Amino acid sequence: MSPRKEIDANEIKEQLLKGYPSKVARKRSQQIVVNAKDEALNVPEIKANTRTTPGIITQRGCTYAGCKGVVLGPTRDILNLTHGPIGCGFYSWLTRRNQTRPVSDEDHNFMTYCFSTDMQENEIIFGGEKKLAEAIREAHRVFKPKAIGVFATCPVGLIGDDIHTVAKQMSEELGINVFGFSCEGYKGVSQSAGHHIANNQLFKHVIGRGEKPSEEKFRINLLGEYNIGGDAFIIDDLLKRCGIHLGATFSGNSSYEGFENAHHSDLNCVMCHRSINYVADMIEEKYGVPWIKVNFIGAEATAKSLRKIAQYFEDEALTKRVEEVIAEEMEAVEAVQREIRARCEGKLAMLFVGGSRAHHYQELFNEIGMKTIAAGYEFAHRDDYEGRKVLPTIKIDADSRNIEELTVTADPKEYRPRKTEEQIEALEASGLEFKGYEGMMPTMENGTLVVDDISQYESEKLIEIFKPAIFCAGIKEKYAVQKTGTPMLQLHSYDYGGPFAAFQGALTFYRTVDRMISARIWSQIKPPWKMAGQPTLEAEFVHAE
Amino acid sequence: MRKVAIYGKGGIGKSTTTQNTVAALVEMGKKVMVVGCDPKADSTRLMLGGLAQETVLDTLREEGEDVELEDIRREGFGGTLCVESGGPEPGVGCAGRGIITSINLLEQLGAYTEGQQLDYAFYDVLGDVVCGGFAMPIREGKAQEIYIVCSGEMMAMYAANNICKGIMKFAEAGGVRLGGLICNSRNVDNEKEMIEAFAARLGTQMVHFLPRDNDVQRAEINKKTVIEWNPEVPQADEYRTLARNIDENEMFVVPKPLQIPELESLLLDFGLLAA
Repeated sequence: MSPRKEIDANEIKEQLLKGYPSKVARKRSQQIVVNAKDEALNVPEIKANTRTTPGIITQRGCTYAGCKGVVLGPTRDILNLTHGPIGCGFYSWLTRRNQTRPVSDEDHNFMTYCFSTDMQENEIIFGGEKKLAEAIREAHRVFKPKAIGVFATCPVGLIGDDIHTVAKQMSEELGINVFGFSCEGYKGVSQSAGHHIANNQLFKHVIGRGEKPSEEKFRINLLGEYNIGGDAFIIDDLLKRCGIHLGATFSGNSSYEGFENAHHSDLNCVMCHRSINYVADMIEEKYGVPWIKVNFIGAEATAKSLRKIAQYFEDEALTKRVEEVIAEEMEAVEAVQREIRARCEGKLAMLFVGGSRAHHYQELFNEIGMKTIAAGYEFAHRDDYEGRKVLPTIKIDADSRNIEELTVTADPKEYRPRKTEEQIEALEASGLEFKGYEGMMPTMENGTLVVDDISQYESEKLIEIFKPAIFCAGIKEKYAVQKTGTPMLQLHSYDYGGPFAAFQGALTFYRTVDRMISARIWSQIKPPWKMAGQPTLEAEFVHAE
Repeated sequence: MRKVAIYGKGGIGKSTTTQNTVAALVEMGKKVMVVGCDPKADSTRLMLGGLAQETVLDTLREEGEDVELEDIRREGFGGTLCVESGGPEPGVGCAGRGIITSINLLEQLGAYTEGQQLDYAFYDVLGDVVCGGFAMPIREGKAQEIYIVCSGEMMAMYAANNICKGIMKFAEAGGVRLGGLICNSRNVDNEKEMIEAFAARLGTQMVHFLPRDNDVQRAEINKKTVIEWNPEVPQADEYRTLARNIDENEMFVVPKPLQIPELESLLLDFGLLAA
């Protein structure tokens, strides 16, 4: 399995496009880009966040999945109620992915339950508002939650059930916070629309309601961290050791109280830029909390992120403590890196996942000498590829306009700029970047392939051409990739592995990858269709080129 | 058995015309079933002498799966079988889906089988073909012939033209055909000539011109069809003629809907003629 580095990426792009009808090929050619950065880190434009052509087997999920599954899924004490047929609720119940640790046994944890109004034909015809109201009452009667979120599925949008009015009425009747999400699955280009709808509603209905100002020093929020496979637990622990207090996480291992009091923190740290950057902007505008981009995937990235936080607070003791923790952790990390690098150096990885993960995990591969030859996001926008500097040039199309854009002004009571303009300028001068995200492409090598919304056909082609040592994607891609005999690391949840965040997670990641790509299992297995003497099936395409 | 669907602009008199025509067919000795496809469930009022019927969807909701044909079908004037689909209150749910569910249930229960010995099944459908649900009666295997009730008023003709677009779509895939226009007169100038010309442009015919007559209202107030209320009045004969024309009709076409300017010039020509 020698990597075929000599292949020209432009040639591969042509090969990928050859299979498509001309109109589709034209569109895909703008979404498949050969990376070429200049000295100023300008990169070619990529087409992203546009509709998938019907017929293409996409990795994407629906708007409901993005809202209910991704953003609100990891919240333990908001009772999340799906208003729709039972399948929507059941299949968005991400039991493996979402973990949480209630503070005490008395604290609510509804993640082990799946709530649905179980809409039937009767509700489709006669309207489902009454059943929804009854379900909310029942949920309240049984569980006494602090808050209930109601999620609209496709049929709810079609028949026009007014979930927001029902939520409002129930809020008044029950005396708790009930809010709705118009996150019908068909609504956006991808799950990204669902993230936006989820975060908008959290901002409108939850953030800022809390009246527990911070006692702790160095209080931050973590935005866009979803506690995949327990990542948040490691990050929480690390921050604690550094003396940094985590106010709220959106939304890994999160609590309703954390959300409510998020505006009392002094810094917002954005992990997944795609799913939540607008919330960071809105909190800043309304409450005066600045934000920085961080990344706790990768040991180097983790160290860098901790240093950024320390730099922001301008506190000597904190900076010292952070450096101590980094030094402690890095010793073990570097030792393992050295050992594993010997086996993994030069091997190729491909990452097609998420809206930031295809970028973040490249850090981990770099640390053991592996090269990401091709990468792409499922649902990201151009700024996640090319960096926030292209924001003014992103065309707002009808699909984006379909999602509510909140207008935010400074809160007359709660707006409190954490730093003066001069302080911000001084920090920027000393190298701390606010509201910045460089994007994925400027960090990738020239000549690598960047593919937005990759199709199964393109994935298989790339695997065939590059024979990568490892392919990272989600659960839907897993088995198709494994069928090609390629090790596949599932990054939607980590299946039975992980967590991979921060220093401890990095160690786990190196070992996991080492085990996967050094294992001989794939070369030992001969599939039935390759065995001698077995009957073979042959077929050809009816519509050959 | 002939399956007939009646469409037309809201308020044009579909239910009244359907029931009066059915009464005339009954008088001719035909066995008829009327299926109301309107959430208001008022398509069989004149046949039954009042709004006394449990709708299919209400019954389905209350009885669950265990529904018999007898639970949802009532016998009205002259042994006519009457069914109302029913549906949600205004402004909630999905009436279209209700129609689909209801017609499927009728089929499953065998309402259309040979054993019922029906000569006619009439679908009386609410308003325009606004969505898939309201097109259900003209899908494959349901109604084969359609009559559009209209008048010489502009919006009624617009609606008729629109319905023809719907028919054309389903005619391509299945066997549904347009049987003709029924002009339910509003005393518009040149109305008869205009609708005849309109029908000709659509490639169909005007099946009958029903003059405006207050006896229709008088019968309605008495919850009866004209034929039941007073079989001697002239309007009863008009419905008899319409029923006979439908019974003897052999002209079934795929309509050719007009372009809007074409339709407007038709209105203009006949309207100006009158001025």
